[in-house]
Amino acid sequence: MDRDRSSLRERHMEFLYFPGCTLNTKAQNLDEAGRGCAKVLGFELKELSNWTCCGATFPLAKDDIMALAPPARLLARAKEEGSTLTTLCSVCFNVIKRTNQLIKGDEEKREKINTFIEMNYQGDVQVLHYLEILKREVGFDTMKGALKRNLQGMKVAPFYGCMLLRPFEEMEFDDKEAPKIFEEFLDAINCEPVDFPYKIECCGAFQSVGAPEVAVECAYAILNSALRNGAEAVTTTCPLCQFNIDNMQREIHQRYNGFPGIPIIYFTQLLGVALGLPVETLEFHRNDVDPRPLLKKKGLL
Amino acid sequence: MKIEISRGKVHNAFAQKVEEISGQNLFACYQCGNCTAGCPVSFAMDLGPHQVIRYSLLGLEEEVLECNTFWMCASCLQCTSRCPKGLDIARIMEAIRLVILRRKERLDRLEVAELSDEFLERIPQIALISGFRKFTS
Repeated sequence: MDRDRSSLRERHMEFLYFPGCTLNTKAQNLDEAGRGCAKVLGFELKELSNWTCCGATFPLAKDDIMALAPPARLLARAKEEGSTLTTLCSVCFNVIKRTNQLIKGDEEKREKINTFIEMNYQGDVQVLHYLEILKREVGFDTMKGALKRNLQGMKVAPFYGCMLLRPFEEMEFDDKEAPKIFEEFLDAINCEPVDFPYKIECCGAFQSVGAPEVAVECAYAILNSALRNGAEAVTTTCPLCQFNIDNMQREIHQRYNGFPGIPIIYFTQLLGVALGLPVETLEFHRNDVDPRPLLKKKGLL
Repeated sequence: MKIEISRGKVHNAFAQKVEEISGQNLFACYQCGNCTAGCPVSFAMDLGPHQVIRYSLLGLEEEVLECNTFWMCASCLQCTSRCPKGLDIARIMEAIRLVILRRKERLDRLEVAELSDEFLERIPQIALISGFRKFTS
């Protein structure tokens, strides 16, 4: 299908959207920018009604059915309102997609869950990540045609983290060791993707609660690697990664003298800049390391 | 350390419980150490994940439950993704956490009441909720 620039305004796509808890509070910068970009790119994120927390972890114990109830209920509600469910948060994406795969493939558990949540869901909603909409529904080429600001020369390290990718047989998102959707995205908005060996490493996840000193080391290893490979900024899709590698730079500074710091920018914020959205709508004040000096230096503000 | 191996020991009740909760066959592990090598938090672990598996099969329940390995695990699934034997090692770590958290004493790893207001103000829900799921009964 030919998706040129003029067709953007004519197409109207609607996707059922699950923001998740953190995007409603601390990660409003990820959420607001995502909604804003969607409008420019000709699709609408229709918020799922009556949504709850997804549970923030996919239960790894085979007998833990209880933790599957919240994501299963979300999916069952999504089925009543549409055929797809989209998230921006990688953790929500992981929990909901894995639950969906399990409901689809395991008849016994499906029955148990349905009995418990008093609904009848068969696993037939398609779970999408926003990046997949950009790539497959909008098309990176169409996106290119809608750019208003030129980010050329900005060196950005794409940090995938874990939850978008693993377990890759269930997530079916990208290559398990050498994913490239994020690089393609950065290419499309004229940024220079910085390859670095830590791009699929763990940010420390919930260890920022259990063992913060360990999470700080994980964050430092990732950021140091990005910096050494020439990155001027790191981009993420996940509010948990964002917290660990952005907010916890305070602790990195305390432990490592001479750590220069690096702004961490949600991919929707970068896209928002490229699409020419008013900067005040991108909520940069919520990023802990302020990306605005870098954007100013690049002549983007 | 000298360990006497017997059929009864390698099929000990603790290892069986871990297998049951995780759905993984511990005997599939051939100790290549890939999980430990790729683990982003192994630097902070008392034992590598592959050692935890071997210890469990040797009936060293106490040593396993006292080490910090499974509490340090961040469930990032890097080990799971790279295990040449297809073991889901993150599930094994989860199972050992649950052996402790499901005891009637409810010995939580994280005391929620002790988290400071400043910390709660700072940390996003996503970290708190996943932390509660992993560290509390």
